[in-house]
Amino acid sequence: MQHVIVGAGPAGVVAAETLRKGDRAADIVLIGDEPEPPYSRMAIPYVLEGMIEQSGTYLRKAQGHYEDLGIQYRQGRAEALAAADGTLTLEGGEAVSYDRLLIATGATPLSPPVPGLDLPGVHNCWTLADCREIAALLGDDANVVLIGAGFIGCIIMEALAKRCGTLSVVEMEDRMVSRMMDATAGGMLERWCAAKDIRVLTSARVTAIEAAKGAGGDKAVVLDSGERLDAHLVVLAVGVAPNIGFLEGSGIRTDHGVLVNEHLESSAAGVFAAGDVAQGLDFSTGEYSVHAIQPTATEHGRIAALNMLGRRAHYKGSLNMNVLATVGLVSSSFGSWEGVAGGDSGVAVDEDAFKYLRLEFEGDHLVGALGLGLTDHVGVIRGLIQNRTALAEWKEKLLENPHRVMEAYVAHSQT
Amino acid sequence: MQKSLHIDPDKCTGCLQCELACSHVNEGVFNPAKSRIKVFNFHDQGRMVPYTCTQCDEAWCMQACPVDAITLDAETGAKVVSDALCVGCKVCTIACPFGTVNYNASTGKVIKCDLCGGDPECAKACPTAAITYVDANWTGLDRMRQWAAKTDAGAQAEA
Ligand SMILES: Cc1cc2nc3c(=O)[nH]c(=O)nc-3n(C[C@H](O)[C@H](O)[C@H](O)COP(=O)(O)OP(=O)(O)OC[C@H]3O[C@@H](n4cnc5c(N)ncnc54)[C@H](O)[C@@H]3O)c2cc1C
Ligand code: SF4
Ligand code: SF4
Repeated sequence: MQHVIVGAGPAGVVAAETLRKGDRAADIVLIGDEPEPPYSRMAIPYVLEGMIEQSGTYLRKAQGHYEDLGIQYRQGRAEALAAADGTLTLEGGEAVSYDRLLIATGATPLSPPVPGLDLPGVHNCWTLADCREIAALLGDDANVVLIGAGFIGCIIMEALAKRCGTLSVVEMEDRMVSRMMDATAGGMLERWCAAKDIRVLTSARVTAIEAAKGAGGDKAVVLDSGERLDAHLVVLAVGVAPNIGFLEGSGIRTDHGVLVNEHLESSAAGVFAAGDVAQGLDFSTGEYSVHAIQPTATEHGRIAALNMLGRRAHYKGSLNMNVLATVGLVSSSFGSWEGVAGGDSGVAVDEDAFKYLRLEFEGDHLVGALGLGLTDHVGVIRGLIQNRTALAEWKEKLLENPHRVMEAYVAHSQT
Repeated sequence: MQKSLHIDPDKCTGCLQCELACSHVNEGVFNPAKSRIKVFNFHDQGRMVPYTCTQCDEAWCMQACPVDAITLDAETGAKVVSDALCVGCKVCTIACPFGTVNYNASTGKVIKCDLCGGDPECAKACPTAAITYVDANWTGLDRMRQWAAKTDAGAQAEA
């Protein structure tokens, strides 16, 4: 059996390892287009911060890990797929045939529609190559402008703030991390950043980046208000889109990403997809969504591989969830945190202590949550949601005091 | 034969010796807030329940870790965090559906039970044998594991 995996990020690597665990004899080829050992892009901020070396981002640390497992890791970029005859064409024309294929090509950062993105010192923060470029421009005198205060923007913010002179953040929406934070949490986050000397401009649009040599840098970020922010370095974090370009003409059904069923199989038999590139079942909504997060990538990778091995493994859907620290303030969000029609919410907020917890219920089930400043036992929120635990009398207790969520969990698991 | 922590809540008196022993040995402080085992007090029922990581088979924490900082101790079966490799991203804290990995803001790393390398301090400290370290196949953890199996955030593969 010839298993081919395109894309050597977390989804691809977990899939390759799962395949090996389940089949000692199969040929497993892992193809990646980045000039590095397989790594985790989500560890990049910690390289920028100086906490780890680039090698600290590598997905597996043991020397010879892939060879030892008989996983053939090789460089290459997939350019086209002929699903009908089971061939993948790489850049340069080489054809690779497969019995089972996993598409794990991840996503690519989007660009804001403004002129000046090609100026030197304007970078995404997505690959180790980007990381090296950004690191070279950071320093105590560097003025940095970050465009985008979404999930990834906020994570990068911490690393940039530690390694630059001034940091300004421009966000088009009316609050930070609008997709995982309500107005209360967003407001608290903004106050927190201001106290750390980070200037966050919300409801602000960048109209251009212009070359402009001066004391504050060699370019200026121009805003719709007319304000100009001088910068040595501009970092872009305005969202990502799945890497499905090479599937054009393959006949594989795509929407936002590669559409996959509960076995993570695409519309072409034998072709699977996992991670940031896959549009799979959403546990909360029952719809098909791209959840571009690490836990989904590794779960997808494992379950896709089980199905590639012929064990019909069912996936119950990924829970959209996030945890991040914005210059030290930890926030997390789970599932339907905005609540559902006819549901109830339990809220505890302490503005001064930067603590916030909002639980959302449907009947006596927890369906979503949002937290700020919480670090203990947060995982049970996931457990309660994905178990669809009937909370019975504990629901009332949680409406009264959401912070008892771990107790509610222990009470249910131990009786 | 691998062993695991066997917890019998009915024997727990809530003396918190386990939490103190754990935080002392692992974090160098007598501070229940830094303990990897936690005793929950259900006042209304007069019930105390010690609770910690079951070293579950799915090892959600280990699978989700982006930098290989959680590994399996082949001897004890524990999933162990390496402080040297952990970057403090907290992904494992939301991946574990049992809430048994916590972020420690003072070190910037996460902490979870590692069975103290095969000689758990909590079990030694417990004066009533509410926590014991015994052969894995007859522990009461089975009950919790069964419940855990329902969590099933992932797959239900045919055996
Ligand atoms: C700065 C940053 C911080 C993040 N922080 C978090 C976080 O805190 N929590 C969280 O859950 N997630 C976080 N993420 C997101 C997380 O990193 C991704 O969800 C995860 O990497 C997805 O894994 P993947 O394997 O699907 O894709 P990727 O990691 O993107 O891997 C895909 C690989 O495929 C390669 N590839 C693409 N096209 C081709 C082709 N045609 N041929 C061959 N190879 C190809 C790509 O170059 C890449 O190497 C962060 C991301 C970034 C950039
Ligand atoms: S911390 Fe949670 S996910 Fe990790 S082994 Fe323990 S119970 Fe399992
Ligand atoms: S917090 Fe540490 S152990 Fe947990 S997932 Fe991140 S790097 Fe791994």
